[in-house]
Amino acid sequence: MMATNASSVPVVPGSEHDATAPLSIHDMTVAYHRKPVLWDVDLDVPEGQLACIIGPNGAGKSTLLKACLDLVPRISGEVQFWGESISRQRGRVAYVPQRESVDWDFPVNALDVVAMGTYRRLGWCRPVGRRQRSAAMEALERVDLADLAGRQISQLSGGQQQRVFLARALVQDADLYLMDEPFASVDASTEQAILSALRELRSQGRTVICVHHDLQTVQESFDWVVMLNMRVVAAGSIEDTFTIENLRRTYGGRLTLLDQAAMALGRAHRGEEEG
Amino acid sequence: MDTFWRVLLLQDYNTRLVVIGTVLLGIAAGSVGSLLLLRKRALVGDVISHATLPGVGVAFLLMVMMGGTGRWSIGLLLGAAIAGVLAAALVLLIKRTTMLRDDAAMAIVMSAAFGLGIALLGVIQDLPNGNQAGLESIIYGKTASMVQADAIGIGIAAIIVILISAALYKEFRLLCFDDHFAGSQGWPVTTLDLALLLLGTAVTVIGLQAVGLILVLAFLIIPAAAARYWTDRLVIMMVISSLLGAASAWFGVTISALVPRMPAGAVIVLSASAIFMLSLVLGSRRGLLVRLIRARGIRHRTNRQHILRAIWECEETSGKVCRGDLLKRRRWTQREVDRLLRKARSRGEIESAHGEEVVLTETGQEAAQVVVRNHRLWELFLIRHADIAPTHVDRDADEIEHVLGVELVQELEAALGPEGSLPSSPHVLGEASP
Amino acid sequence: MSWMNGLDDWIIVLGALAAIACVLPGTFLVLRGMGMMGDAISHAVLPGIALGFFVSGTRDNVWMFLGAAIAGIVTAVLTQFLHRMGRLERGAAMGVVFTSLFALGLVMIVQAADHVDLDPNCVLYGAIELAPLDTVMFLGMEVPRAFPVLLVVCLINLVIILLFYKEMVISSFDPDMARSTGIHSGLMNQVLMVMTAATCVACFEVVGSILVVSLLVIPAATARLISDRLSIVLVLAVIVGVIGAGLGHISAITVPSWFSSDVEDTSTSGMMAVAAGVLFALAWVLAPRHGLLVLAIHRIRLRVRIVSEDVLGFLFRFEERGESMSVHNIRQTLTSLADAGPLASRLAIVSLKRRRLVYREGSVWKLSDAGRARAVEVVRSHRLWETWLWRQADLAADHVHGQAMRLEHVTDERMRAELEIQTGSVSQDPHGRPIPAGDSEGEDGAAASPPGD
Repeated sequence: MMATNASSVPVVPGSEHDATAPLSIHDMTVAYHRKPVLWDVDLDVPEGQLACIIGPNGAGKSTLLKACLDLVPRISGEVQFWGESISRQRGRVAYVPQRESVDWDFPVNALDVVAMGTYRRLGWCRPVGRRQRSAAMEALERVDLADLAGRQISQLSGGQQQRVFLARALVQDADLYLMDEPFASVDASTEQAILSALRELRSQGRTVICVHHDLQTVQESFDWVVMLNMRVVAAGSIEDTFTIENLRRTYGGRLTLLDQAAMALGRAHRGEEEG
Repeated sequence: MDTFWRVLLLQDYNTRLVVIGTVLLGIAAGSVGSLLLLRKRALVGDVISHATLPGVGVAFLLMVMMGGTGRWSIGLLLGAAIAGVLAAALVLLIKRTTMLRDDAAMAIVMSAAFGLGIALLGVIQDLPNGNQAGLESIIYGKTASMVQADAIGIGIAAIIVILISAALYKEFRLLCFDDHFAGSQGWPVTTLDLALLLLGTAVTVIGLQAVGLILVLAFLIIPAAAARYWTDRLVIMMVISSLLGAASAWFGVTISALVPRMPAGAVIVLSASAIFMLSLVLGSRRGLLVRLIRARGIRHRTNRQHILRAIWECEETSGKVCRGDLLKRRRWTQREVDRLLRKARSRGEIESAHGEEVVLTETGQEAAQVVVRNHRLWELFLIRHADIAPTHVDRDADEIEHVLGVELVQELEAALGPEGSLPSSPHVLGEASP
Repeated sequence: MSWMNGLDDWIIVLGALAAIACVLPGTFLVLRGMGMMGDAISHAVLPGIALGFFVSGTRDNVWMFLGAAIAGIVTAVLTQFLHRMGRLERGAAMGVVFTSLFALGLVMIVQAADHVDLDPNCVLYGAIELAPLDTVMFLGMEVPRAFPVLLVVCLINLVIILLFYKEMVISSFDPDMARSTGIHSGLMNQVLMVMTAATCVACFEVVGSILVVSLLVIPAATARLISDRLSIVLVLAVIVGVIGAGLGHISAITVPSWFSSDVEDTSTSGMMAVAAGVLFALAWVLAPRHGLLVLAIHRIRLRVRIVSEDVLGFLFRFEERGESMSVHNIRQTLTSLADAGPLASRLAIVSLKRRRLVYREGSVWKLSDAGRARAVEVVRSHRLWETWLWRQADLAADHVHGQAMRLEHVTDERMRAELEIQTGSVSQDPHGRPIPAGDSEGEDGAAASPPGD
C-alpha cells in the first residue's frame, strides 16, 4: 500500500540524507515505557555549525541527544555520524551530560573529571599518566580553571562545574560535540567563556550541538537551530528558521492529540485499560 | 598484658595466619566497598550475603548426592557465589518487571533466600552424614577455628580482588561518577556494573568464613563510609578504607582470641563502627567537627560585618547611632544586638558597649568602610551586570559580600569605580526588608 | 510428617498471628519504599532484646519490648542523622547503623550465654516448633506463652492502623501535603518504626529476627502486585501472610521426606519465608492486572488485533482500487507491509473469520458489511492521522505513513472527531487518497458520545 501511494506524494522531497553530515537522523522514534516522546525525527546537521536544539519543557531535547548516542533505546529509525553508526565513530563524538545528572559530592577533583575525557583513548586497564594529566590541564586552562584543578568538585560553583564538563569534552579532541544544557543556571561570565570556547571549536571546523533553553540568546550565539516539540518543527539556519511563526508552532502549546495518542500507545502496550 | 602484645604483634603462629588472612580481606572489602558505596549499591551486599546460605546448602547436598562428604570448601564457596549473583539478578528482574521499588525487591529476595537456607540447614542437620559443622560457621564466621588452608585461601582470593579493582580503577571511577558519559564513550556500562557486583560477591563469599554472612555487609560499608570523611579523592578514600578495614580486622581477631566468648565477626564490626564514629566526628574533610568550626567561623564573620555596616549606614542617614535604630535595621533581637556590640567593643571597634549611643572607633571606622564598600560594590555589580532589580540587590549582596575575595573586590573596583571611593547606596537605606 | 493435634495446630495459629502482626506495619513500609528499613530494624532490635533480657532475666516482659522499641527508634533516628548530617547515602547509612547494632547485640548475647537462657540461634531463626510446649494459663485455657503476646501485638497494631489510617496513607503518599494539612508525618514515621520494632520483638521467638523481614515485606508486596487499592492490599496481605504461614509449616513437615527418608522435617520459620516467596512468585506471574502471564497474553492479543485491523485496512484499500486480495497474497502483504509473522497472521485471519468480519469467496478474501464498517474506522483513522501529522505536526509527507500505521490502532471515535476538526475536515490525505466518511454506518453508536466530554 505504501508502494502504491508513494507515487502520489504531493509535497516534500524524499529524504536524501547527506552521508558526510556529522549527524544525520533518519525517522527516529523514541519511547519511554512504550510511550513515544519523540516522533519521527528526521534531521541532518551540517558540518562546522554551532547548532542549538530549542523547545519547551518535555519536548524531548535531552532525549534526542541520548537516543543518538544509544543511551536510551530507539523504537525505530537510524542515526549516523559521518555516514556510519555511533559504535564506529565514538572517538569523534564528545558528549556533555546535564550538570544535574551526576553526584557532585563524588570524591574526585576537577582535574580527575577532565582526565576522564582521555579514558577512551587510553583503553582498558591503562592508568592515567602524565600525558593525560597534562592534556587535562591544558583543557582546564582553555576554560580558565587551571588554578582550581585540585579543587574537589563540590566546592566549585555551578558555572565552574559546567566549565569542568566542557573541559572534559575539549580534552577528547572530538569533531562533534553534543552538549545537554551547557548554559543552564550559569553566571554571565561562564556563559561567555563557554560560548567563546564553542566558537573556537567552530572556527576549527568542528560541529557543536547544544540543547538550549534561553530563546533570547539564540540569535547572537548560534548559527543553526533545531526547533523541537516531540517532533522537529523546523530545522535550518537561524535566519531562515528562527521565525516568529516557527516559534509559535514550537512553543504554542503542546499538541494535545499527539499527547493523547502517545498515552494511548503506552497504555495499550502496558496492558492497561484495554477493551 | 603480655599475651595481649604477643597476640597483637603476631608472635603467636596461630593467630598470625588468621590475622594476615582477615587483614587482606579487610583491604579487599575496603576498596570494593568504596566503589559499591559510591555506586549507591551498598545494600546489594546485604542481599548477596543472605543469599549465599541456600547456595552453600544446595552445594552441600549436591556434593553429598554425588557421593562426597560435602565438606569440600571450594565447592561450598562456589555455590555461595552463584547464589549471590543469582539473587542480585533476581532483584533486578523484580524491579524491572513490577511496580515494586528496589527496597521491597531486595527485602523479598533476601528474606526468602535466607529462609530457604535455614530450611536446607534443617534438612542437612537430619542427614545421617550431615556433620554440618562447616555450614553453621558461615552464619557467624569461624575465625577462631580457622585453619591454615582457610587463611591462605582467603588471602589469595583477597589479593586477586585487590588486583582486579586496581586494574579496573579508572573504569570503575568513571562508572560510579558518570555512567551516562561512560556509555557515550562506548564503555560497556552493564558489564562494568556486573564486574563490580562480582567483586562484591567475591568479597562477601570469602568474608563468610571470617565474619559470617550477617556481618560481612558491615565489612563492605562501614570502612568505606568512614574513609569518606577523611578525603576528597577516590584513590585515597580506597586506601584509607582498606586500611580501616584491615585495622578493624586485626583488632577484632586479636580481641576475640584474647577474651573468651567474643565472636570475632561481631568484634571486627564493632571496631569498624568505633572507627566510623571517630571519623564522623573528627574526619578532616567532612567530619562534623570541621564543618561545625567552619560554619561558626562564617557566622562570626557575617555577624561582625552586619553590625559594622548597620552602624555605618545608621550614621550615614541620621548622623548619630542609637541602639534602637540598630534594632530596626535587621531582623535581630535586642539581645543579639547587645551581644554583637559587646563583641565589637572587645575588638575595639566601638567606643563603649554600654549607653544608648554607639560610636565607632578609628579601627572600627576603617573596618566598617571596607565592609560597606564590598556590599555596595556587589549591589552595583548585580544591578549593572545581572539585571537584578535595585530593590532586591540588598539581600543578594548580603549573602555574597562576606565571602568576597581580594581579587574579586579589585575586579569589581576596576569595573565600577575609582579605588578607595565609597559608592553611595543604590537603594534607600532603612529598615530591614521583610 | 505425622500431624499432631494441638502441637501442629498451635504452630500454624502462632505463625498466622505473627504474619498478621507483621503485615499491618509491613504494608506501610512497602508503600513508603522502606522495605529495607524493616530489615534494618529487625536486625537492630537485637541489643534491645538482650538489654531487656538482662534487666529482667526472663523472656516475656515489658522490658524487652521497651528495649526493642528504643532500638527501633534509635535505628531510624541514627539513619536519618547519618543521612542528613553525615551526608551518607540512605542505604549506606542504614547499613552502618544496623550492622553495628546487630554486632553489639550479638556480643551481648554471647557474653551472657552462660547466665541467661537466650540462645542466639533461637533469636535469629526462631523456634516455632518448640513454642507450643511452653504454655501459660490465659483466660482459663492452657495456651502457648507466645499466643497472648502475639494476640496483643496484633490487636494494638490493628487499633493503631484503624485510628491513624488516613494519616498513615497521606504521609506515606505525600509527606509534604501531609505536613501542609497539619499531619505530623515525622510522628507517623516514628509510630511506624515503633510498631515495626515491637512487632519484631513479639515475633522473634516465633520466626527469628531475620526471617521476620519476610513476613513484614513479602505478603505486602505480593498483595501490592494483585491490587492497586490500599484497603484491599491490606486485607490481601493479611490473607497471603496467613496462607504463607500455614503452607510454610505444612511443607516443613512434608517436603523434606520427599527427597530423603532420613529427614523428617525442617525449620518451619525457614519454610514460612520460602512459602511467602513462592506466593510472591505466583502473584508475580499470575496477578490479574500486572502479572507477567497476563501481560504476555495481552501482548499477543494486542498483536493479533493490530494485524487483523491491518488485514481489514488492506482489504478495504484493495476494494477501493477495485482489486481483490487472494488467499495466497494476504500472507505476503502482511509480512512485507505490516511486519507480521506467520503465527500472528494466521491467528488474525482466524479471529476475523470467527467474528464474521471477512469471508472467503473462491480464492479471494472479502469484507463483510460489519467488516467494512470496522475497516472504514481503521482506514479513516489512518488517513486522518496522516493528514494531521503532516499538517499540524510538521512531519514530512513521506514519513507519516509509518506513524499512522501505529496510531490507527489506538484511535477511538473521540480522537477521530478531534482529528477531523483540527485538520479542517479535508477530504484527502497527503497522498491524495480520500478519507472515508466517519459515521456512514452505525452512527448511533458513535454519535452517542459527543466529543469533548
